Amino acid sequence: MAQVTYLDAIRQAMIEEMDRDPAVLLMGEDVGVYGGAFKASAGLLERFGWERVIDTPISETAIVGAAVGMSYLGLRPIAEMQFIDFIACAFNQITNFVAKSHYRWGAPVPLVIRGPAGGGVHDSAFHSANPEMYFVHTPGLKVIYPATAYDAKGLLKSAIRDNNPVLFFEHKFLYRRIKEELPEEDYTVPIGQAIVRRPGRDLSIVTYAAMVHASLEAAELLAKEGIEAEVVDLRTLLPLDRQTIIESVRRTNKLLVVHEDTRTGGIAGEIAALVTESAFDDLDGPIRRVTALDTPVPFSPPLEEHFLPNAARIAEAARDLARY
Amino acid sequence: MKSDSARPELKREEALELYYFMRLNRSLDELLVRLFRQNKIVGGLYGSLGQEATSIGTAYALAKGDWIAPLIRNVGSLLVRGFKPRDIMTQYMARVTSPTQGKDGTCHFGDLKTRHVISPISMLGDLIPVMTGVAMAGRYLGQKIVAMTWIGDGGTSTGAFHEGMNLAAVQRAPLVVVLENNQWAYSTPVNRQVPLRDLADRARAYGVTSYTVDGNDLVAVLRIAREAVGRARQGDGPVLIEAKTMRMLGHAQHDPAEYVPREMFEYWKARDPLSRYEKYLDEHKLWNAKEKAAIHTRIERELAADLEFAENSPFPPAELAEQGVYCNGCHAIEADWRRDKRELMPPKSSVKPEWTIKNFGGLETEAVFAADRAKQQDSVIEPSVAHPPQTDHKRKLTAPARRARR
Repeated sequence: MAQVTYLDAIRQAMIEEMDRDPAVLLMGEDVGVYGGAFKASAGLLERFGWERVIDTPISETAIVGAAVGMSYLGLRPIAEMQFIDFIACAFNQITNFVAKSHYRWGAPVPLVIRGPAGGGVHDSAFHSANPEMYFVHTPGLKVIYPATAYDAKGLLKSAIRDNNPVLFFEHKFLYRRIKEELPEEDYTVPIGQAIVRRPGRDLSIVTYAAMVHASLEAAELLAKEGIEAEVVDLRTLLPLDRQTIIESVRRTNKLLVVHEDTRTGGIAGEIAALVTESAFDDLDGPIRRVTALDTPVPFSPPLEEHFLPNAARIAEAARDLARY
Repeated sequence: MKSDSARPELKREEALELYYFMRLNRSLDELLVRLFRQNKIVGGLYGSLGQEATSIGTAYALAKGDWIAPLIRNVGSLLVRGFKPRDIMTQYMARVTSPTQGKDGTCHFGDLKTRHVISPISMLGDLIPVMTGVAMAGRYLGQKIVAMTWIGDGGTSTGAFHEGMNLAAVQRAPLVVVLENNQWAYSTPVNRQVPLRDLADRARAYGVTSYTVDGNDLVAVLRIAREAVGRARQGDGPVLIEAKTMRMLGHAQHDPAEYVPREMFEYWKARDPLSRYEKYLDEHKLWNAKEKAAIHTRIERELAADLEFAENSPFPPAELAEQGVYCNGCHAIEADWRRDKRELMPPKSSVKPEWTIKNFGGLETEAVFAADRAKQQDSVIEPSVAHPPQTDHKRKLTAPARRARR
């Protein structure tokens, strides 16, 4: 069986969903003729035609707005942000129009907004950000950020079939760097379920997206030193799988949260609060976090490497925590 | 602004129905002001006094399956689409019987199923791209629908307005945008918002057909709206109608509007849309005193019954605050397909991924423009008050002038 990259998994999910359901269509900047800035939609225009693969003007608000209007008539549009950083241009449409629609007047908005996020590719402050927490703080949205090709495909399919607005963050560092064999048959991954990527007894590392791989690398280093770290991949940030987090902490009694997002207001704070509220008695040490710096994403490689968390830093924090 | 000259053909029945909506809109507004003064309204009250003809004349031009997204002052449009005074009363009174069950107030409600009304949000301009999407989806599904929304003079300064107009134009979406120029964006006069005499000129930048109409002349508004809706429906792309009118109250009830010159109110009061329409009905002998009285009696009765309903309605239970953030199996989402889905599926849908660019975008395009112009004049009916999509003035931009712009 062929190995499928994280990027191709996303492309496959869109093709298969569009094959399955004519209500699914894609729009965004350069998604058609060019096939998307990262080629996530390569071949889709050829296959589905101009009506279903729509190259739009550079108008993120209008892209999301039009997707909302389409969803009100029962379509399931996928709106691509060429880089997820540009989602800021559609912030009002997403947080005020989309997120509040069902709550305010009972109108569901079944749409997906997806795009490449994250750093590590030296793309500087406007093409590397992790803006997921703006939206995790917005009731009414669902926020997904997969770490593997299998999850990317299965979760994107779930997102397209979901009756709620879903923000689907794709880590561009992973696009062509990871691949795996995927099932031939149709499958989905449920939204809102975390997964234990590596079991361990000494501490829990809760993380998501590209940092899952850095954390697994750190866990390998730690294993050589006799520290067994459990790595939990959140997969969905909203709704958060509280149960899997709590259960892991109950097993290991120590919690390290790792994210590539900046520190202040990152999901580590929320998870720390959750664990102290729900599993305080199970903790044998302080909750630690390894995150990016509280700065914009810097450009030059040494600066960006300093900015981003990595396996060595995760291992260092884990060693410190394991001493309790 | 000279619109009474051409006599429209209003049927007696629709003339009376329009009067019912006009009078109901006015009476409902007056009732809401009384409720506000009695402290029975929760939050602010946003009046539509003086703008009734714009709301009603435009919405009345639509067919049953069409879609609207009104703004907060378009009470008349909601009434035309079949919402009842009690819906608006209970919204303003925050009762559980309101269309949003108290989740939201004012005219922030809608109905996807039958009335095809999309709720506005307070951020202006956002409805333009949303309704562009509605129009595109309707076409995609093979429905022959038109999407209509309203925007104020102030709202045209938002980025969303421009993004939406542009997308609608490139997509040739069947969208009608009613630009309700009521002269004031809260306390800021229109000339501080937009440096244009006619806001309809906004449309020219997008190659969108536009009209300017006296928004206080119901018959003229309806006539223009019908033409605009017809154009959009037949595939001519979006249309913008600027209706010149006046907000006769403050931004909301708390605002005495002292910044409005008294003479300005007087000017517009003399052009009150309801009185003008009554006069029109008299002049054209479209009704008699008995019919007029019957409509008034009907409205009084309906408003009294709806007020009783609203006042007897409870507030929502507190727990309701926790419900409905997500749609968990509460709706079966299904599109109303009016075309063969197979047209949209491979292999029928497959295309060659290539752009065709007329004349390669070069400057030597006069011949192409001339051919284009001839074609457009063939296919487009030019009404007397319409601004054609692209004027000769625009077309005749010479090469050096274009170069200078870059």
